[in-house]
Amino acid sequence: MFRNQYDTDVTTWSPTGRLFQVEYAMEAVKQGSAAIGLRSRTHVVLACVNKAQSELSSHQRKIFKVDDHIGVAIAGLTADGRVLSRYMRSESINHAFTYESPLPVGRLVVHLADKAQVCTQRSWKRPYGVGLLVGGLDESGAHLYYNCPSGNYFEYQAFAIGSRSQAAKTYLERRFESFGDSSKEDLIKDAILAVRETLQGETLKSSLCTVAVLGVGEPFNFLDQETIQKVIDTFEKVAEEEEGEGGEGEAEAAAAPPAAEQGDQDVAPMEM
Amino acid sequence: MTFTIPIENGNEVKNAEADSQRTLYPYVTGTSVVAIKYKDGILMASDMGGSYGSTLRYKNIERMKAIGKHSLLGASGEISDFQEILRYLDELVLNDNMWDDGNSLGPKEVHNYLTRVMYNRRNKFNPLWNTLVLGGVKNGEKYLGMVSMIGVSFEDNHVATGFGNHLARPILRDEWREDLSFEDGVKLLEKCMRVLLYRDRSAINKLQIAKMTEEGVTVSEPYSLKTFWEFSAFTNPTVGAEGSW
Repeated sequence: MFRNQYDTDVTTWSPTGRLFQVEYAMEAVKQGSAAIGLRSRTHVVLACVNKAQSELSSHQRKIFKVDDHIGVAIAGLTADGRVLSRYMRSESINHAFTYESPLPVGRLVVHLADKAQVCTQRSWKRPYGVGLLVGGLDESGAHLYYNCPSGNYFEYQAFAIGSRSQAAKTYLERRFESFGDSSKEDLIKDAILAVRETLQGETLKSSLCTVAVLGVGEPFNFLDQETIQKVIDTFEKVAEEEEGEGGEGEAEAAAAPPAAEQGDQDVAPMEM
Repeated sequence: MTFTIPIENGNEVKNAEADSQRTLYPYVTGTSVVAIKYKDGILMASDMGGSYGSTLRYKNIERMKAIGKHSLLGASGEISDFQEILRYLDELVLNDNMWDDGNSLGPKEVHNYLTRVMYNRRNKFNPLWNTLVLGGVKNGEKYLGMVSMIGVSFEDNHVATGFGNHLARPILRDEWREDLSFEDGVKLLEKCMRVLLYRDRSAINKLQIAKMTEEGVTVSEPYSLKTFWEFSAFTNPTVGAEGSW
């Protein structure tokens, strides 16, 4: 993207029908560290890569609980994300107070999208520089939405945003058809595997990622480091075996399970 | 519409103009509503009378209305305030339908919304002079609740308003059971309504019974109860109590 004479304020159209400020805001989302969401019919899992300013500081919080039945993962300007999370919590609480009933997530994302749209049509405002993966429940089950700085929102079976999210998206594209009926544990495993894809070579450790789950009958909660590490351990072994087989192609999908099993029998699981 | 009631030396100074903007007393009122949960849902009964003080002036007022797909609202008290509430709920249901997203307002949500409305009006010293009965069925779950004009709200297996609390609920406490059939439920309600007809001076003998189930709401055609006035206590009312009438 190059500088041009139509990109100074958000209320200026380009001759080709683009709002450059909005597109630049979407660039900010692409620069943030990755966030991933996936859903089955009954559960939603949100995962993100923990990025810290330096070794001395703690990492930024990118996943927020909005209500027992709604959670959000953000990528981009985390300050904007925090403000929008506070708005979502407020909407959720007000609805629950008036109607004694949880706010359907589909309605919350529309409120959020309308709020973002306002910032694309006022000369004295700027778009929010954050992408939100909103996971939540309503009467028809579990849903995952992506809210964009442009004011658009989309529903997804699985999605990834932020830097190197394309690698995660490729992984999810291969697997998403089975997510609908997945168990919670399988969904978590797929989420962590998707996070691993974005790390591209870096060793996956539980300290590098945050995972949160919510579902029908299960309020929003974060997984603790121990649980995440246990899931990582189950497939880090398999990954080593796969490399031994030397396969990264289609045949790998069929070959890997039997190969992994043989591998597991050689190494006592307790020793990991 | 905002105003202050100035307090001087501890005595309230009444501002006549401000008073004309808030509810002070009811004018046209409906009497009891009685409702019970039964096997398939909710049964609610009320008569069709609107009293103007002690005059039984209006005899064709429907005091029970369907709200959305899942709820039934019955009201006693000021009829014009009931009509105002129906307008609020109309707007609520309309906005809910406009979402068109597969989510719909259930009886619990409507009940809580009404509780908020009634309580907030009470706090502004401008109440909606009604006691409301809200019943419904959604996803197989039966719901029956009540809200009063001061915002008191609760749920129960059987509720009544006004005189119904004193005359009907004792009967229901003794005779209501889980899984009443439709016929038994109607008989029970008619028993309550008959007692109210004998003893409540603002009751008239023209009532409707509404049924709410998973399929929807049906409000019966108006009909009358059979009454019996030949009790010996009625024919010779002063026997045993000389001087009374």
